[in-house]
Amino acid sequence: MGDLYVPDKKGNTGQKIVTAVGRIIVSLFIPIVTFAVLWAGFIFLRDSGASQLIITVVAIIWGVGGVAALFILSNFTIQRLPVHWRKRFVPFLFVGPALIILGYYLFLPAIRSFYMSFMGKFSKDFVGLANYKYIFTDRTMRLAFLNNLEWLILGTSLSLIFGLLFALLSEKSRFEKLAKSLIFLPMAISFVGAGVIWKFIYAFRPAGEAQIGLLNALVTALGGSPVNWIVLRPWNTIFLIVILVWLQTGYAMVILSAAIKGVPVTLKEAARIDGASEWRIVFQIIIPSIKGSLVTVGTTILIVTLKVFDIVYAMTNGLFGTEVLASQQYKQMFKFLNYGRGSAIAIVILIAVIPVMWYNLKQFGKREVF
Amino acid sequence: MSEIKKRKSLNPEGQSSGIVVNAVLLFLVIIWTIPTFGILVTSFRAKDNVFATGWWQALSDDSGFTLENYGQVLAGRDYKLKSDSNNNSSVKGDNMAGAFLNSISVTVPAVVIPILIAAFAAYGFAWLDFPGRKPLFILIVALLVVPLQISLIPVLRDYQKLKLNGTYLGIWLAHTGFGLPLATYLLFNYISTIPRSILESAFIDGASHFTTFIRLILPLSVPALASFAIFQFLWVWNDMLVALVFLSGAGAKMQVVTVRLLNLIGSRGQDWQLLTSGAFISMILPLTVFLALQKFFIRGLMAGSVKE
Repeated sequence: MGDLYVPDKKGNTGQKIVTAVGRIIVSLFIPIVTFAVLWAGFIFLRDSGASQLIITVVAIIWGVGGVAALFILSNFTIQRLPVHWRKRFVPFLFVGPALIILGYYLFLPAIRSFYMSFMGKFSKDFVGLANYKYIFTDRTMRLAFLNNLEWLILGTSLSLIFGLLFALLSEKSRFEKLAKSLIFLPMAISFVGAGVIWKFIYAFRPAGEAQIGLLNALVTALGGSPVNWIVLRPWNTIFLIVILVWLQTGYAMVILSAAIKGVPVTLKEAARIDGASEWRIVFQIIIPSIKGSLVTVGTTILIVTLKVFDIVYAMTNGLFGTEVLASQQYKQMFKFLNYGRGSAIAIVILIAVIPVMWYNLKQFGKREVF
Repeated sequence: MSEIKKRKSLNPEGQSSGIVVNAVLLFLVIIWTIPTFGILVTSFRAKDNVFATGWWQALSDDSGFTLENYGQVLAGRDYKLKSDSNNNSSVKGDNMAGAFLNSISVTVPAVVIPILIAAFAAYGFAWLDFPGRKPLFILIVALLVVPLQISLIPVLRDYQKLKLNGTYLGIWLAHTGFGLPLATYLLFNYISTIPRSILESAFIDGASHFTTFIRLILPLSVPALASFAIFQFLWVWNDMLVALVFLSGAGAKMQVVTVRLLNLIGSRGQDWQLLTSGAFISMILPLTVFLALQKFFIRGLMAGSVKE
């Protein structure tokens, strides 16, 4: 910048050359130093026998600082390019890292699964659509489809309804923070912990013995006979869905609550002054204003229900007619070692979500960009 | 600001409906909390009592409470050893401190890295024009549904070749890959709704996209960043599958909390009552993070930045 204002003098060209050389040296020197520091950090973390506390501190600084340094470095390099190149590279600076990482960790494995879904058990011989034929004709698979549909409809709608209800209620309550923290609590529990918790709710002991499960204790206290909830078809799937709703409501609440805070206060005030009831404000102002967030939350929970695996795996392992698509996929891949069928199920899950994606992306094409 | 305005606007009618709101909220919160409360009570009971009576009876009968479960998890489990002379001795297993630090080393970068990369990508997709913009965005959103189980084996094979197996970098990148689609999707939905006029005024002032992003978009997106940070934190902290696959190569030195807990219950699952206390110990940090970040998304999102 500065040399723009240097008046024309002799020796100016020489000065320019020095500046240019200086710039090239700086342009090369900074990236080299950055990479050297990052490499040294990597070696230290891998091989050092230092105390765990020191390793933790170094790991955090190296990991967090490293990614920031790489972005700043890329920007630094791009700023040194001629203008027309710069324009071309700037978008890549923004979306490039995400595309590379996603390409490697998810896209390539997905393509590989697609290919393997047409191959036999050991991925050696081509079997055409045989795996797909199995998926759509096998009895267990049909059950998995029906159960997954149940998860999708009940799990998504109940999580959304309760999430919205909590967001709206806590907004009006003085105990907002406390209520939110308690609803959020289940999300903080590790899956191993959640499994234990719900085993104590659904636990079953034969009639006459002391019940250690809360639900059966209630039933017997009211004069009924104890029920083995987990094996009770077809209701057991619903009992498992309850666990998902219990876990996911906190997520829906947090996002929807943030959206509700974003609804302009003036809009609500104006409606109140006009004498609108709280119900009308909720249904005619708040819900339409946060429609975008409702779609986002709905989509993500719907995807969770399509991929649901942990809950089924921990509670019933797919027995007693609770099989879902993801648990079948896991069994085919890691238990029966049938990569063809396992991959085909993964591809079916992928295809099942296309309508939702289509709905989400309708808006995308209309955006104005810079 | 908005907090004060709201209080002022409450009319007398609002007061009576406030009681109803609080009552309904209280009822639902109690239902939501009972399962966790039950396990909290259970975690203070002796093993024999846990299987004899329901936890709610612990409050009335004299079976008493014990810190045994917490002691075993925090200080390391007692392993009974039988020596040659038939004397029983007991040895302490690994304690949780190392696993805790390890989980922190895994989790913090595995949260920050995907958030930063996703925020950059979200800005790129929302406000920049480049060839392939739409199909690439569709691809990223579509990758939301890819079950991560299909990636584990091919990635592990590559890691073994590159000697990345059992390193922090390896597991950070894996968590980044698995968390990125959701992060990009959520942050795009937020960043794309930032009013165009804000960005325009920055460009008129001569700011580059990079500067605009760092100085303007990131600070404006704090609520969205904080929300996603919490979910990614919980996901990584409570993850067991990815840690088992990519860190077991490094042995006990790199065990995270969930894996250490699983080892506690013993090879035949005989000591699984330890999970009740373990679940609470592993919950402390995620809950602290939630409470710490809560104020960011409780505050009005765009308050004051634009005139509607």
